[in-house]
Amino acid sequence: MSGDARTPAAPLAPRLRRAFERPRAKRAALIPYLTGGHPDVETSHRLIATLVDAGADVVELGVPFSDPIADGPVVQRSAHEALRAGVTPETVFELAAAHRDRVPFVLLTYVNSLLAYGGARFFARAAEAGVEALVIPDLPLDEAAATVTGAGVEAETAGGLVALASAAGVSLVPMAAPTSTDARLAMVGAAATSFVYCVAVTGVTGPRQEVGEALPGLLERLRRHTAAPLAVGFGISTPRQAAHVAGLADGVIIGSALIDAVARAAGREGACAAAGDLVRRAGAAIAAG
Amino acid sequence: MTVESRFGPYGGRYVPETLIPALDELTSAYGEARDDAAYQAELARLLAEYAGRPTPLYHAARLSERCGATVLLKREDLLHTGAHKINNVLGQALLAKRMGKTRVIAETGAGQHGVAVATACALLDLECAVYMGTEDVRRQELNVVRMRLLGATVVPVESGSCTLKDAMNEALRDWVSNVGHTFYAIGSVAGPAPYPAMVRDLQAVIGAETIAQVRERYGRLPDELVACVGGGSNALGLFHAFRHLPVRMTGVEAAGEGLDGRHGAPLAKGRPGVLHGSFSYLLQDAWGQVMEAHSVSAGLDYPGVGPEHAWLKDSGRAEYAAVTDEEALAAFAALTRLEGIIPALESAHAIAYVLRGPCDAAAAPPSPTVAGRHATDGGRVAFGPDGTRFAADDVVIVNLSGRGDKDVHEAAQLLEGPA
Repeated sequence: MSGDARTPAAPLAPRLRRAFERPRAKRAALIPYLTGGHPDVETSHRLIATLVDAGADVVELGVPFSDPIADGPVVQRSAHEALRAGVTPETVFELAAAHRDRVPFVLLTYVNSLLAYGGARFFARAAEAGVEALVIPDLPLDEAAATVTGAGVEAETAGGLVALASAAGVSLVPMAAPTSTDARLAMVGAAATSFVYCVAVTGVTGPRQEVGEALPGLLERLRRHTAAPLAVGFGISTPRQAAHVAGLADGVIIGSALIDAVARAAGREGACAAAGDLVRRAGAAIAAG
Repeated sequence: MTVESRFGPYGGRYVPETLIPALDELTSAYGEARDDAAYQAELARLLAEYAGRPTPLYHAARLSERCGATVLLKREDLLHTGAHKINNVLGQALLAKRMGKTRVIAETGAGQHGVAVATACALLDLECAVYMGTEDVRRQELNVVRMRLLGATVVPVESGSCTLKDAMNEALRDWVSNVGHTFYAIGSVAGPAPYPAMVRDLQAVIGAETIAQVRERYGRLPDELVACVGGGSNALGLFHAFRHLPVRMTGVEAAGEGLDGRHGAPLAKGRPGVLHGSFSYLLQDAWGQVMEAHSVSAGLDYPGVGPEHAWLKDSGRAEYAAVTDEEALAAFAALTRLEGIIPALESAHAIAYVLRGPCDAAAAPPSPTVAGRHATDGGRVAFGPDGTRFAADDVVIVNLSGRGDKDVHEAAQLLEGPA
């Protein structure tokens, strides 16, 4: 396993790569984000189908966690509601598995959910459910490559989570932030086996008036280190902002604005209508430029 | 010397990428400051002239008589702002100044760390925001008033259990958003590296003083060190200087309503996981969701624990007991009446441990039937969370980490019932 760090990253996530290469009639792939099982499991199924119908190229599902330190109030609230409703990683795997034929999935999970499930088991189950890539916001690159041991978990993470993930055929998505140094971006580029998740703002998830002014510089610096697709998230809430980011990057992630629209809508039908409307308008804006 | 980032397998930096450069910057700034005589001299001056170090090592004669051992109290409660927290905060605030940061943020549970940070920020003319769970705002109202008087903004946090865990989540989110000009002053030996090592180093003055004091007075080392453990900074502060010496170290966690009910004892009942940037013992459910802790003392009401404690536990260098709310309240009352010292409810947990009295391990062969103790394979006597480890006439040093002014109202209600 230790050889993996030196050999070039294996090509993983074939469907994701295709989604970035050929987004459906758009300049960039549109990636809506939902908290799995929010507001309830049945609505979550309907929402995923709606997003795909509305033009989503990839769907990102969040595994709800009790202490999501990278998330702003909207995603936090959705996670806590989903947890109260009994959502587990298993629920989210089942959501992905049910729709895997229609769209490639990315899962966002905090690292403790994965450790509690067992690293190797989590990756195997994700792969089985059709999840091609994992975003773990509290697992920076250095820790992803480190072996995590301790009472009860050593066997599950020996060799580092990176090695375990690639053994299961799942891509760990490295994250880049406006604060990342060039040395960090070189590490990010070298670790990219599907795409790079670029954080648009120095902050947590949630709507912003403006997409961060640091973004173009970050993308430009990152391009020097990788040919992998660059998807941008955090703070993109309007079709206008989506169109702007599509002019700079390969993928546009819309999370809090979508969850907020779902949360404000009345009933299941209203939630699907609101989500479909936002994603269609964002898709049109991305296509129009 | 590098700044440790792992203790055995524990520790690490499990935080968003956005913060990694800031942690790198902090690690190198702290490493330089630690080796800089001018920084150390300024810190030593403030600790002496402003905070009131050295603190006395007090022979608590009446408590000793009650406990059946010689109990010495390290009087961190006499420090300016009322607890050991100021040791760490002065070090971090000087570092913030040195790094050119203009704003300091902090999380607080009991409010002692928050008050210390607000104090240091007033002294060094830094902007200050303190995150505090709404439940703690309620039960530690006096400290909220103090922080506001000192010019800090107190930000009430209404999420999760509305206590220390949630305050720390929100402080981390603030830091992610304002990392350029903001210094995050973590109050315990928790969080991502370099905080656990840095905070321990800054608290290690407690143990360094204690060694000199006990040698001078008694011409010997103590048999055992005792300190309460929430995140665990006052315990590591006392333990660190003794780590290579033949002295037992005992941490006391909050058993809350009892270890089978709601409590704050991750070392006794949790398992390793990641919270607030480090890998350590954690109260969590089968899915890894962090469980809400409970303790009568706000400072111990935390589901995690510093990673070095996880390693001290696994390696056997330290052992950990747990004390219930009821025992802690009884100890609070006992120390007050026996010695005229009103302890913080946190520190009362350490007092409760010694009040249990000596174990009879030395006198009688270990027996699995003796409450709180059981024999281990190697013949070494381990003890359960509800036992003790000292023998009659041992010299035991308890870190009296804070004073109880902040708890008087809460404790009076709990001891006497609502008026």
